[in-house]
Amino acid sequence: MTSPAKRVPYEAVVIGVSAGGLHALRVILPRLPKNFPVPVVVVQHRGSESDGFFAQYLDQRCAVQVKEAEEKETAAPGTVYLAPANYHLLLEDDRTFSLTLESRVRFARPSIDVLFESAADVYGSRLIGIVLTGANDDGSRGLAAIKKRGGLAVVQSPDDAEVDTMPKAALQAAKVDFVLPLAAIGQFLANLYKE
Amino acid sequence: MIDTTSDHKEVEDLEIALLLEGMFKRYGYDFRDYSLAHLRRRLRHRMESSSLPDMGAMLHRVLRDRNFFELLLRDLSINVTEMFRDPDIYLRIRTEVVSRLKTYPFVKIWHAGCATGEEVYSMAILLHEEELLERCQIYATDFNQLALKKAKEGIYALDQIRQFTTNYQKGGGRESFSDYYTADDHSVILKNWLKKRIVFADHNLVTDSVFSEMQLVVCRNVLIYFNRDLQNRIFQTFYESLCPGGFLWLGSKESLRLSPMGKRFDPLFADEKIYKREL
Repeated sequence: MTSPAKRVPYEAVVIGVSAGGLHALRVILPRLPKNFPVPVVVVQHRGSESDGFFAQYLDQRCAVQVKEAEEKETAAPGTVYLAPANYHLLLEDDRTFSLTLESRVRFARPSIDVLFESAADVYGSRLIGIVLTGANDDGSRGLAAIKKRGGLAVVQSPDDAEVDTMPKAALQAAKVDFVLPLAAIGQFLANLYKE
Repeated sequence: MIDTTSDHKEVEDLEIALLLEGMFKRYGYDFRDYSLAHLRRRLRHRMESSSLPDMGAMLHRVLRDRNFFELLLRDLSINVTEMFRDPDIYLRIRTEVVSRLKTYPFVKIWHAGCATGEEVYSMAILLHEEELLERCQIYATDFNQLALKKAKEGIYALDQIRQFTTNYQKGGGRESFSDYYTADDHSVILKNWLKKRIVFADHNLVTDSVFSEMQLVVCRNVLIYFNRDLQNRIFQTFYESLCPGGFLWLGSKESLRLSPMGKRFDPLFADEKIYKREL
């Protein structure tokens, strides 16, 4: 297979992760260079009371900036945005973020499917969706939506995942392009945009 | 294949625009400046639940069927709320804002988009404990009649009461929370005296006119559903509704920071989203 980066300039990366998320993000995100040319948007399931700690913790360990997505903020390159606890995070056509308090979707708020589906509407084929470790099937519908629009689907190898339910569900729901161990995903993203 | 999907999106977006226009012209409810990503989700959800083939079919149906319109109205209004939601902020209101409200002889408060009323009653309890309720008039408004009806009743599911009680205590509650309600097997019924300073009214933030001379406007987790233009218009409405130096209290993820109206308000506590109108 030829490098997809040569065919399609991907304009954004969305990542969904649940149980084991902090560790997984700690492995992936530090591999991204400071000038990573597209925004990365992450939904991680976590307690509804959790504060800005995750963003701060990851920001201190990454070259890219890591922050919580703010309502109406424009998704900028070189930045990783985390969905705030207890809100759904969506992307608008003008690349700004929306937050909603719509009910939990399949028990989750933020929901990976909600982010992925809205991002697929906005970016179409120019979107990369990544599903990582987790103990439910959130993200699989979203990843299918990304594939339907011609985007790129990446899933963490189930045997490499801390909890394999979510990667397995994603593999079942969508025709996935790459199945990679955690340690390879950060480098995979960095390489896509190398000169 | 990729072209087909982007064509599909273009057509769907056009159908959604026509649907919103149709709902406005036919029923007077204006969702045209709502966040499009949110609208797409909710409308697709209705389309699938009602087994309609596309948004065009939804438009056809909604124009002819008022019951279907009511259904759609409920889909588009999000009423997720709880008593003393974000208790830390209630504590701030109690310790920092109420003392300033006490300097007015009479206090008018507007809860814009009060949904099912949980936060309105939270405010009434807080004001009661701070011995200010008797000098207050609270206007609680929403466009969703069903939610408003529930708000007026002040009856909530029993399984929520533990969360409400925890929030109340964290929010600086001084009494026993159970003093404020009676309970039966399924529900808690808030005591009637809590309602005596509250007027519940049908009011649409998007299309109806302003209130006047409020000392405090509370509008939490309503503006997140609006696009930037509409947000700015509503900030203008709040500006006009507040007395000089009056307070605006937004949801914990809402901010005036990215709005041109931001310069007409000073953040009292930026992280708590409490603002003071310029003098």
